[in-house]
Amino acid sequence: MIARAELRRRFVRDPSALVAGTILLALVAMALAAPLIAPQNPYDPLQLDIMDSEMPPAWLPGGEERFLLGTDAQGRGVLSTIMYGTGISLLIGIGAVAVQCVLGVSIGLIAGYRGGWVDSLLMRVADIQLSLSTLMLAIIALAVVSATFGAETYGQIAIPMLIIVIGIAEWPRYARTVRASVLAERKKDYVDAARTIGLSSGTIMRRHILPNTMTPVLVISTIQVAEAIMTEAALSFLGLGMPVDQPSLGALIRSGFEFIFSGAWWITLFPALVLIALILSINLLGDFLRDALNPRLRSRT
Amino acid sequence: MSALLEVQGLEVGFPGPRGKPRLALRGVDLTLGRGERLGIVGESGAGKSMLGFAILNLLPPPGLVVGGAIRFDGANLLRLRGRAMRAIRGKRISMIFQDPMATLNPVMTVGAQMVETLAAHERIGARAARKRAIDMLAAVQVPNPDKRFDAYPHQLSGGLRQRAVIAIALLTEPEIVIADEPTTALDVTIQAEIMALLLRLCRERQVGLILITHDLGVVAEVTERLMILYAGRVVEAGPTRALIDRPRHPYSAGLLAALPARANPGEALHQIPGSMPGVGDLPEGCAFRPRCERAYARCYIEVPDLGPDETDPVRNHACYLPLKDGP
Repeated sequence: MIARAELRRRFVRDPSALVAGTILLALVAMALAAPLIAPQNPYDPLQLDIMDSEMPPAWLPGGEERFLLGTDAQGRGVLSTIMYGTGISLLIGIGAVAVQCVLGVSIGLIAGYRGGWVDSLLMRVADIQLSLSTLMLAIIALAVVSATFGAETYGQIAIPMLIIVIGIAEWPRYARTVRASVLAERKKDYVDAARTIGLSSGTIMRRHILPNTMTPVLVISTIQVAEAIMTEAALSFLGLGMPVDQPSLGALIRSGFEFIFSGAWWITLFPALVLIALILSINLLGDFLRDALNPRLRSRT
Repeated sequence: MSALLEVQGLEVGFPGPRGKPRLALRGVDLTLGRGERLGIVGESGAGKSMLGFAILNLLPPPGLVVGGAIRFDGANLLRLRGRAMRAIRGKRISMIFQDPMATLNPVMTVGAQMVETLAAHERIGARAARKRAIDMLAAVQVPNPDKRFDAYPHQLSGGLRQRAVIAIALLTEPEIVIADEPTTALDVTIQAEIMALLLRLCRERQVGLILITHDLGVVAEVTERLMILYAGRVVEAGPTRALIDRPRHPYSAGLLAALPARANPGEALHQIPGSMPGVGDLPEGCAFRPRCERAYARCYIEVPDLGPDETDPVRNHACYLPLKDGP
């Protein structure tokens, strides 16, 4: 671990990290402030007018000042839906990673610390989980859920469902990372020392080993958030993610995709650009963290 | 007075080929009275550290106790499990390790680690725990203890870190401290300070000390009794002064002769020829026999038992042809 001040200094000196950080911050702020700054509430049917549908962006002929980036087929302003949609995408991405993290870190910690058959069993379960593609698993789970509950109810539970499904599908990455660090930490003297103090295994795992394995967890978390957002976008694009009336970025891209050949390219293009900017900035920040926290790469910078 | 800690015939083994364990300790006896200081000396691999870990029931897997008994204040430590054992570890018997950088958790402040130790064994409030920890830091002569309380290990020098480790070990007022090479990782100048500190604290607080080291010089100044370990067995035991002045076992004599302080300037240091056999390839008869100048026929066949010396019965050695008192 390097000190916070040192991390800040590196961050300011790294142009790609600085740009990525700024973009990410702007996107998060936009998503959080969406209800305040969006010109229109796309979830409120009373504010929508079917007569406004498929308007091009304001600077093109036929565009209106009210809808800067044009409107979609239901007359929702693309700018407003992006503002709200980014929030949903981020919520699902971060929520799913929280689920992965809690599951994976606890399983990895126990596997690495206990060792023996517990370790073998948990890691084989992780292997099985990894051998099933995330997308396939999510498609099956979500298809079953939406068929069971019907589209109406599904719309209400879509966000927690996506969080849980993506969370469960990806925990082994955390488990493997944490287990590897625990195996290295467990041999160190301070763990023996903690045992000679008379602490219980649970306390040693939580208070002594866990904090020392957090650096790699932090690094993979950024990449995992980006992946979870992409998985959600892919599911939504396939029609299994967020419903049309509360769209995430992926759902927006999908809903616009149907109109791309009729000339309404803006419905798909703008959410796609935002999605790319979001993923790219998260990944760049992840790269920065990985390099900054890796002692072996540190001397080179 | 019955001994506080009594180890009898302790055998520690590691799984070997065909299910037969390889013994790292082969029948070690040890007694320690209240406030007594015992030194355990041997080369690396002789099993000294195993002895320390075995007493706390913390042998690194796959090591395990194969035979013998460890009695502490009436209870057999080998039978204790879980909570009962943890109530002794760190509370009544604590341990100090070699490398203070590695023994302190790098992501916790020194203070947090001290408070944690207290909280593991006593019901104590945050403020009271802090006060006791700071008092203890002051007792081990850490300057500005209330500032160092909030310091992370990497912010302290090696000597201060080892002082903090000693403070943690003594914090719960243990009856025995097992110190495993406590000064080996430190600068020579600091070694003496730390040893003197440990000795003073153990004396003042009537704490028993088991000092595990390969450095006879350190042991001579601190301990009352001495045990020399060779290839998992005690080859000689007795009062420190007598053992150092008049060693009985040829191995003890060899170790003493190898001390740089005993050599005449300009002369090559004495060394014992050969090296200690590993646990897997012990020779027939006495384990020291291949390196011993005095070995005769019997040493090739039988393993000498640890027994009282003919002239000085408080001393014990395991040799058929012990050295006699010098002229």
